[in-house]
Amino acid sequence: MASMTIRVLYFARLRDVLRTSEETLALPEGATLADLVALLVARGGDWATEFGGARVFRAAINQDMASLAEVIPADAEVALFPPVTGG
Amino acid sequence: MDVTIRVQEADFSLADEYALLAGRAEVGAVVAFVGLVRDVPGRLAGMTLEHYPGMTEKQLGMIVAQAGERWPLSAVTVVHRVGELKLSEQIVLLLVASAHRDAAFAASQFIMDFLKNEAPFWKKETTGEGAAWVEAKDSDAAALLRWSRE
Repeated sequence: MASMTIRVLYFARLRDVLRTSEETLALPEGATLADLVALLVARGGDWATEFGGARVFRAAINQDMASLAEVIPADAEVALFPPVTGG
Repeated sequence: MDVTIRVQEADFSLADEYALLAGRAEVGAVVAFVGLVRDVPGRLAGMTLEHYPGMTEKQLGMIVAQAGERWPLSAVTVVHRVGELKLSEQIVLLLVASAHRDAAFAASQFIMDFLKNEAPFWKKETTGEGAAWVEAKDSDAAALLRWSRE
């Protein structure tokens, strides 16, 4: 299957816990956010704790809020972050 | 509708921003909201505000545009600070100008409710015991329900 490259950004508490602010990943074309999350959970440790269901997180694709079922376009900028607390 | 959206480290002046909106012939009401750094009883030293550059401005723009579709608004200004903030400092300014006060009040509530839930800002509070990320409140998410019922 053809693969695509995406950029993944982490913010706030997630970036601190995962000690990662940004990475580039290869995913199969047509992969969804849920597929990306499964890949991260498979890393185990803090990745599994944060994305494995125990904690709430939010996701954005190309700077719009996105749900887990959404397909990630090629060259997308995906962001994973805790629920927002501005204002 | 004239829209001004800024994310900045520098403080802002309510008077200066107000002066830019008031005095237009069609404006009969300006509602102003200022959010401040509030104490966690007796122990807050300050906070750090982080955001997602690019998405923040995009989301704020979409929220303000939705308000503009719902109410007849002349102008909206949103200024949100990021970086290091001390106790009682200003965090966010919202100004909504309209011909009538009902639209200005309602649109102000709408914009702040959505900003609280959808604009990618995160607060980290610093106290005597160290720094900790602020958890999102269920009451902020619940506040959005009033806009879907209407």
